[in-house]
Amino acid sequence: MEEPENSSKINRRKFLSTGVRASVLIGIGGVAALVAKKAITGQTVWQLDPAKCIQCGRCATNCVLTPSAVKCVHVYAMCGYCDLCGGYFKPETKTLTTAAENQLCPTNAIKRKFIEDPFFEYTIDEPLCIGCGKCVKGCGSFGNGSLQLQVRHNICVNCNQCSIARNCPADAFSRVPLSQPYLLKQIAEEKKSPQSP
Amino acid sequence: MNKRLLVLLLMIISSIQFLNVYGVQRFPKPEFESGYMQPETLVPAARAGMLALMDVLVLVAALALVSWLVLKKRSRNLVFLVSVFSLAYFGFYRHGCICSIGALQNVTLAIFDNAYVIPLTAIAFFILPLIFTLFFGRTFCAGVCPFGAIQDLVSFKPLNPGTRLNTVLGLIPYIYLGLAVLYAATGTDFIICRYDPFVGIFRFDASFGMFIFAGTLLISGIFIARPYCRFLCPYGVLLNWISRFSWKHLTITPSVCIQCRLCEDSCPYDAIDMPVTDKNPENRSTTIRKLILICVLVPFFTMLGGYALSRLHETLAGVNGQVRLAKTLLGPLSIEQSESFEITAFKSSGKPVSQVYSEASQVLRQFYIGSWILGCFLGLVFGITLASRMITKYRSDYIPNKGTCFSCTRCVDYCPVKSDTVKSFSP
Repeated sequence: MEEPENSSKINRRKFLSTGVRASVLIGIGGVAALVAKKAITGQTVWQLDPAKCIQCGRCATNCVLTPSAVKCVHVYAMCGYCDLCGGYFKPETKTLTTAAENQLCPTNAIKRKFIEDPFFEYTIDEPLCIGCGKCVKGCGSFGNGSLQLQVRHNICVNCNQCSIARNCPADAFSRVPLSQPYLLKQIAEEKKSPQSP
Repeated sequence: MNKRLLVLLLMIISSIQFLNVYGVQRFPKPEFESGYMQPETLVPAARAGMLALMDVLVLVAALALVSWLVLKKRSRNLVFLVSVFSLAYFGFYRHGCICSIGALQNVTLAIFDNAYVIPLTAIAFFILPLIFTLFFGRTFCAGVCPFGAIQDLVSFKPLNPGTRLNTVLGLIPYIYLGLAVLYAATGTDFIICRYDPFVGIFRFDASFGMFIFAGTLLISGIFIARPYCRFLCPYGVLLNWISRFSWKHLTITPSVCIQCRLCEDSCPYDAIDMPVTDKNPENRSTTIRKLILICVLVPFFTMLGGYALSRLHETLAGVNGQVRLAKTLLGPLSIEQSESFEITAFKSSGKPVSQVYSEASQVLRQFYIGSWILGCFLGLVFGITLASRMITKYRSDYIPNKGTCFSCTRCVDYCPVKSDTVKSFSP
């Protein structure tokens, strides 16, 4: 460029720059080799451990997505199908009806359906769920803990650093391998249920 | 009878143990008589892992294409088209994650934290642009980085803030890089991702503060071209260093510089070095005085920086979760009084207080060492920047500064020399 000299002749500047270039290349290779030992070929995704979760409500407000990618997931296998559901009704509720003032869920995302006396089925309407964890807290305090917060991977954009993880007071978020993307209590224990829909 | 009782007792004990770990089965699952089928708990899968491989392939293809366009085709329009594609793919389609700038932190964390597993894609996104830069200059910045692309789109009327201001503001990326490495190495936070201005735009879902930040950058980007790249980007620091030793680099003229000065104002990034003729070289005594001054100042600033920042290590460590928890526990409120979520979580975790303190003091120790290194590094950078401004470098032609040039090829269109030797171009 600046030295239109005969390129076959190696001058001092050229020699130095070649040497530096080679050492930079070795350096990059060294860093790559160092971290490659700890690398996994697959991807990792974010997930929260319901066993650590304290239902603080930050999942609803700290996710980069609105509404949050964290949703309440109902593990039916753990559910008691109670009439007086701790996750559905506010504690002071007098009549067990689906009236709005009785519901714990701020967005009416839990649907209550009569099955047979005295059992009711509760399903989560996920598009409505904001992941506030109010029902999870209620179910865990008074019921079986079948309602659990989980990152929904069909919604999650898998940020490099999860902004909920950064603010989680219980340190419940961690990167999990793509092959085991859910940490639902029962399901994680039994590993029997299918991992894909 | 006795045996049955024992079995029953064992069953009760084992079930209690089971319950302790996996929730409380207060109400047994009912046995339905109406033929009710229990629905299945859906667990939708994440984006397929194979698609991550596609991201890497797109990255390599875009890097190769831009390098070829910059060095061989020398076409601004085509580079611009590729940068629009990169913005669409890496930015809006992939939501800006993972990017090479943020991957820097993953690599740092992987070096310092043995428990952290790093995806190969993150390594590829960190390493590949560095290798391409080592061979062809900062072609990554020119047309692959979505951050650069979005700022390039808005730089309608670039003004030059002046070389002196550029140099001073150009020190910010070093601070940003140093802090990002410090916080990533201590496992505190990924600050590059946290204060990423454009990712909210890529997702059409920014927080208010970040939206204002991004808006400020884009609006000021109309007049100051690529403000993030030049005055913030921490990855740009690495690319800058590496590009200085690049094997090939964009040249303004396809053959010989005829000193026509047409390209002089063409660079919106102030990355063209003007000719400095050696007709009036400085005299020997001035040079020696400068050399002595540099030899004194650089080590002085290095030590000063290290000392100053090591004084601040507790402040720097204040954002670390463990340190914060320990501080709250040491605070005036007792554990019972405090109602913060952190304390609630701490209580439910059943961790002893002493463990929190020992972990926090370990983190503080790491921050002490880290802030010494960071301070020395920043002092050294400051000293070297000062020194490089004192040294006069002689050159006869208009050439792009290999460090700060983004290889955007704007200047190429200004050069009137149209040579047939474009194809046989060599550095």
